[in-house]
Amino acid sequence: MAQAEKIIAKYPEGWQASAVLPLLDLAQRQNANFLSQAAMDYVAEMLKMPPIRVYEVATFYTMYNFKPMGKHHVQVCTNLPCWLRGSDDIVKTCKELIGVGMGQTSEDGMFTLTEAECLGACVNAPMVQIGDDYFEDLDAESTLAVLSELKAGNTPKSGSQIGRHTCEPVSGLTSLYNQTDLRKAKVGGE
Amino acid sequence: MLDDKDRIFTNIYGIDDPFLAGARARGDWDETKKILDMGREAIIEGIKESGLRGRGGAGFSTGMKWSFMPKEIGERPHYLVINADEGEPGTCKDREIMRHDPHKLIEGALIGSFAIGAHVTYCYIRGEFYREAENLQRAVDEAYEAGLIGDNACGSGYKFDFYVHRGAGAYICGEESALIESLEGKKGQPRLKPPFPANVGVYGCPTTVNNVESIAVAPAILRRGAEWFAGLGKPNNTGTKLFNISGHVNTACTVEEEMGIPLKELIEKHAGGVQGSWDNLLAVIPGGASVPVLTKEQCETVTMDFDSLRELRSGLGTAAVIVMDKSTDIVRAITRLSAFYKHESCGQCTPCREGTGWMWRMMERICSGDAEIEEIDLLEEVTRQVEGHTICALGDAAAWPIQGLIRSFRPEMERHITAGRAGANEAA
Repeated sequence: MAQAEKIIAKYPEGWQASAVLPLLDLAQRQNANFLSQAAMDYVAEMLKMPPIRVYEVATFYTMYNFKPMGKHHVQVCTNLPCWLRGSDDIVKTCKELIGVGMGQTSEDGMFTLTEAECLGACVNAPMVQIGDDYFEDLDAESTLAVLSELKAGNTPKSGSQIGRHTCEPVSGLTSLYNQTDLRKAKVGGE
Repeated sequence: MLDDKDRIFTNIYGIDDPFLAGARARGDWDETKKILDMGREAIIEGIKESGLRGRGGAGFSTGMKWSFMPKEIGERPHYLVINADEGEPGTCKDREIMRHDPHKLIEGALIGSFAIGAHVTYCYIRGEFYREAENLQRAVDEAYEAGLIGDNACGSGYKFDFYVHRGAGAYICGEESALIESLEGKKGQPRLKPPFPANVGVYGCPTTVNNVESIAVAPAILRRGAEWFAGLGKPNNTGTKLFNISGHVNTACTVEEEMGIPLKELIEKHAGGVQGSWDNLLAVIPGGASVPVLTKEQCETVTMDFDSLRELRSGLGTAAVIVMDKSTDIVRAITRLSAFYKHESCGQCTPCREGTGWMWRMMERICSGDAEIEEIDLLEEVTRQVEGHTICALGDAAAWPIQGLIRSFRPEMERHITAGRAGANEAA
């Protein structure tokens, strides 16, 4: 509740409807990652919006879910930059390991698998988003490793799966060489 | 090649501390008050003189945009809204600014807001960038704590608030008026213009919407001088730019380079060259999914700036370079983009809502060979009927990649159709 009030306070008086996206997000996070009608009605009442307006907004955006989700929501990007780098393999691996098709949840409630549009990590393609984290520079093997870790209840390391720091060239820096010693120590080791 | 000393984003890879101590060591927040003391007019003039063109894709003069805001602040407050809804396929530059150098954005927001007479900035960040929003929020909290923003920003007496607002997954919210609608808590459907945001923007008030990169480079420009920025790049295409190089290259990466760098040099120096070799290159999409594809021949000589790419009937867009080698089924590649636009059309204008579906279905049929050769012309006509007939540019963005494909790779499309039909005959 305090969190909700803090969010509403960001917006000018009379424009509390601005808080609808963050509040729906909050509601979803508190409710097994999906929005029930009761949750949407609650948000509507809180923001003094007609419930229909809230439903309308909630169904417009892709990040809101309307049925119970698996513990881990695996979103595979299949847009062009990921596709060029082999997202078909990632999709196949996910389907096999999770044992469901796109848009479905595994029977054990562990995973929901969906296809995503560009998630904005294109130089680290192919990638998947799981929950709030990005897993990047994937291939079939590393995808399998990440999913297996999750299945075993562990927390796999997010970010690049080929040991690259973030979005620098994997073979070593081509710019920004001489800023600090730390730089040399961390990247490529050269 | 751009010298390291001329690079603005010195922590783009996040190797050093992204937060306040690191930012200060990189020169951020260094006597920001002095910049504010220049006054609104001088700041806007400085940005104009630097030649900075908006980094979100359209390439409109940032200084000019700022100057469109009312000079006098009336009853309606002014707002700066930062467009961090990065979602153009191929593009991942703003993400790196927000997670690795967030203070550049916050300092730029203070300066930009001051210049346009706004006391509040909303930064609309795409919902999927959860970790990036966390980093940005942490930096905002630090800046408040240090008195850099807040009631007396940097000791200037100017009140300034910075709010992070997360979106919820809609490509269309990267369009400025859709973003404003979304920020107001509605569906992200673009508004008719006029009125323009500088007159009626968020909450019915004068608003400027700028891309993350445009705002984040402003402090460096004002600190180092407009001439410094204008001296880099090419006339009318000045300064430095973040490039994202993805697809079939050996070392995909993000890098800051000079505007006007030859595309071939960009790919070979920073991205380790095309997989296989340069001769294995088929085509490049030079500015994010919405701009028409370039052939290898065009890639040999083209330079990466707004005007050169426009001359080739493509565009710099977001400077997201998607490289495709000869193993690529280019018709399938563009079909994937058509599917994307169909998915992201907001449904408001009929030509786009229906047209993106039409175009995608025709592309699918051409791809699988279940089409007539003449249908390529029909498809071209459909793209012309969508282009320019919608409120926002999503319809255009859906049409252009297909037009580019027909212009440069028509024989490939015909090959798909002929092969598909031959297959069907054999089966019969």
